Amino acid sequence: MTQNNGKMQQHTVVALVYDRPGVLNRVVSMVRRRAFNIGSLAVGHSETPGLSRMTFVVEGDDKVLEQVTKQLRKLVDVVRVSDLKGVNAVYRELSLVRVSANATTRSEIIQIVDIFRANIVDVGHDSLIIEVTGDEEKLESLVTLLSPFGVLEIMRSGRLAMVRGIQGDSGANGNSSDAEGTLTDDTQWVREDGDEAKATPLLPPG
Amino acid sequence: MKLNGGQMICQALLNEGVDTIFGIPGGAIMPLYQMLPQFPGLRHILVRHEQGAAMAADGYGRVTGKVGVCFATSGPGATNLVTGLAGAMMDSVPMVAITGQVAREFIGTDAFQEADVTGVTLPVIKHNFLVTSAEELPQVLKEAFYLARTGRPGPVLVDVPKDVFVEEAEFDYPETVDLPGYPPKQEGDSEAIKRAADLIAKAKRPVLVAGHGIIIADAYKELQEFAEKGQFPVTTTLLGIGSFKSDHVLNIGLPGMHGSAYANHAINDSDLLIALGMRFDDRVTSKVSLFAPNAKIIHVDIDPAELGKNVRPTVPIVGDVKHVLNQLMPLVEKADRREWLSHIDELRRKHPLFFEDDDILRPQDVIQQISDSTDGKAIIATGVGQHQMWAAQLYKFKELNSFITSGGLGAMGFETPSAMGAQVGLPDRTVWTIAGDGGFQMTLMELATMVESQIPVKIALINNNSLGMVRQWQDIFYDHDYVATLYTANPDFVKLAEAYGMRGIRVTRKDEVGPAVEQAMEWNGPVLVDFRVEETENIYPFIPPGTGVGQMVEDPRLVQKRVK
Ligand SMILES: Cc1cc2nc3c(=O)[nH]c(=O)nc-3n(C[C@H](O)[C@H](O)[C@H](O)COP(=O)(O)OP(=O)(O)OC[C@H]3O[C@@H](n4cnc5c(N)ncnc54)[C@H](O)[C@@H]3O)c2cc1C
Ligand SMILES: Cc1ncc(C[n+]2csc(CCOP(=O)(O)OP(=O)(O)O)c2C)c(N)n1
Ligand SMILES: [Mg+2]
Repeated sequence: MTQNNGKMQQHTVVALVYDRPGVLNRVVSMVRRRAFNIGSLAVGHSETPGLSRMTFVVEGDDKVLEQVTKQLRKLVDVVRVSDLKGVNAVYRELSLVRVSANATTRSEIIQIVDIFRANIVDVGHDSLIIEVTGDEEKLESLVTLLSPFGVLEIMRSGRLAMVRGIQGDSGANGNSSDAEGTLTDDTQWVREDGDEAKATPLLPPG
Repeated sequence: MKLNGGQMICQALLNEGVDTIFGIPGGAIMPLYQMLPQFPGLRHILVRHEQGAAMAADGYGRVTGKVGVCFATSGPGATNLVTGLAGAMMDSVPMVAITGQVAREFIGTDAFQEADVTGVTLPVIKHNFLVTSAEELPQVLKEAFYLARTGRPGPVLVDVPKDVFVEEAEFDYPETVDLPGYPPKQEGDSEAIKRAADLIAKAKRPVLVAGHGIIIADAYKELQEFAEKGQFPVTTTLLGIGSFKSDHVLNIGLPGMHGSAYANHAINDSDLLIALGMRFDDRVTSKVSLFAPNAKIIHVDIDPAELGKNVRPTVPIVGDVKHVLNQLMPLVEKADRREWLSHIDELRRKHPLFFEDDDILRPQDVIQQISDSTDGKAIIATGVGQHQMWAAQLYKFKELNSFITSGGLGAMGFETPSAMGAQVGLPDRTVWTIAGDGGFQMTLMELATMVESQIPVKIALINNNSLGMVRQWQDIFYDHDYVATLYTANPDFVKLAEAYGMRGIRVTRKDEVGPAVEQAMEWNGPVLVDFRVEETENIYPFIPPGTGVGQMVEDPRLVQKRVK
């Protein structure tokens, strides 16, 4: 997904990695060392025991996106990397929001929660915890609507992404190289000189 | 067969074809060291500083193409390796470092001589392992060597807790590795190869830029055949110098910041760069937007991340350059490029490499003399600085892969240990190191190693009594304000050599250079020659950082001559 509404361009990158001690450190160390900007990073087990999946939100232009994916691929513990640029995918993020609530405001908050198909997962004397899933925009507009009541705490899981309409490994269906390195000349930015720029093939998305 | 961890490592080294280890023992790694006598096929060379061990393994790896190996103990031993590892990483040198670690139960407790070595080295190695049981050692070592030498080579570190060295387990050395996330790709994409061939067919003013990848891929023959067939002028990066003979008619020398003016002008005038196994370092490109402004670029590299990282290629090709050249060869027509080549000859006449030939002993005289006396057949190691650039410009390499220098990291102190490693790797070759008086003092303790282990390196100390390269920048950018660059208390290097039990010779006059070089080579052991060279000499040409060929500064004496 590429957003360009006045913000820094954002890209989603999904990596399948070995679930070994230190892998997160290797990935994060590379990102830091090469001064890439990561908006969010979500990590969890995949469908295959021993492998985890990481979803990155990468901030930067196409060149940055290309370098991030290539440098990730170089890590020995990373099995596969794909960027979801131009790919039809589902994007979800989970957020917990603690909001001030008293007898008078509670029902108004519940209404908002219902509209967003969010859940109230904890009720306290003077606050509620709301659980909401969706894309970032949805999460952000919920928070905007709740803010007049007093938002006390926000936690976000970071973006998860899965390609639509295919079976099995989501990671394999972005602009991807697989483990055998069938990645060829997928350099997506070439010397600007007309013909050749068009001639450089982009691996088909999806 | 049951072995303890230490024995397993020794046996694995033998299985991997290792014959030499550079290192220093200490508490955590002692159980491994104490196994060495059981494995007489492994020669251990006791160095005097772990940086020397890593740099010697580096020199060994570069000249032999085999994996260089070094050992260090936990904590300070391992941290002392870091500069050497970082250099090997930058320059894609195959290396395996084995470090002792505190025993498993003490990890994370700030135990005596504990350092987080896998953490410390993570950004400067290709991969590292923290071994957690003797059982996993065979697989880890197999993978470590495989990773170090395949694809884009690099250093791999294996950190072994002290108690793992003594733990026993079944030793069954694996034949294969299982690394699905690690894809070294050999063949170039055939579509891309075709497009490259088309560009070549259309090019009028092609320049081939040969890099270190040619040496790593052992593609010398292919490069020469390809260059001759297409009649491409060849410029070799600092680390690509050994990829193509210096005296070949198509060789136009070094590109970049201190490259020959004619190579830089040729790149500037060219309509196609064929970049093979080189990574467009900023010393090569200077300001990218001014670099080869009219050229399309074919870029071949085994590391996909290098394609498009610094310079936009027109046709990127991922693959081993030897394979790619073989794929490309039949698609390239024999070409006649007399016009373009004579244009370059013209550039060469107009902008020759220049140095003053008078009665004064200048650093260039030393390099030229060594080049002549060795008939261009020595292995030349260097430190970092002016002397390094003169060596690159002036030594006429008639043998391939004979120039050993710290390019990407530019680590002073490389001169002595790397030469030592190269000499151990290729005992029949004459090895000279062109050393700076600054860099030499960073690792000079290895003189003891050379004497003790009978490593007959010849050291040409280019003694300008200063950190010459930095002093030169002060001349150019800081109005000769020499802050912290002029030495006032260098030691007597001849006495120093003698104190270590090796031969020392001092040269102060130009006419003494030839005899001293000959004497050094006749002497059957390590020699240090202290060349007291002119201290104000500067290295030219020079493209100031952040500029382009248009801003290239040539030797003022040459410019004057031209005016006359
Ligand atoms: C003081 C100083 C001044 C310098 N000035 C200059 C200068 O004027 N000019 C200059 O050129 N350099 C200069 N350098 C050196 C410079 O910093 C770089 O180290 C050098 O340019 C790198 O050369 P390279 O790209 O050929 O080699 P490397 O950096 O070793 O890169 C090799 C490339 O080849 C690829 N490769 C490896 N194996 C294969 C294979 N089998 N097939 C295909 N590709 C492969 C690698 O992936 C890598 O991208 C200077 C250094 C110092 C310290
Ligand atoms: C370890 C290290 N420290 C500092 C530098 C910065 N530096 C680059 S060249 C140079 C001067 C080198 O002096 P010397 O070894 O005498 O060589 P010269 O330039 O005089 O030939 C210095 C200090 C470096 N490259 N490496
Ligand atoms: Mg000096």
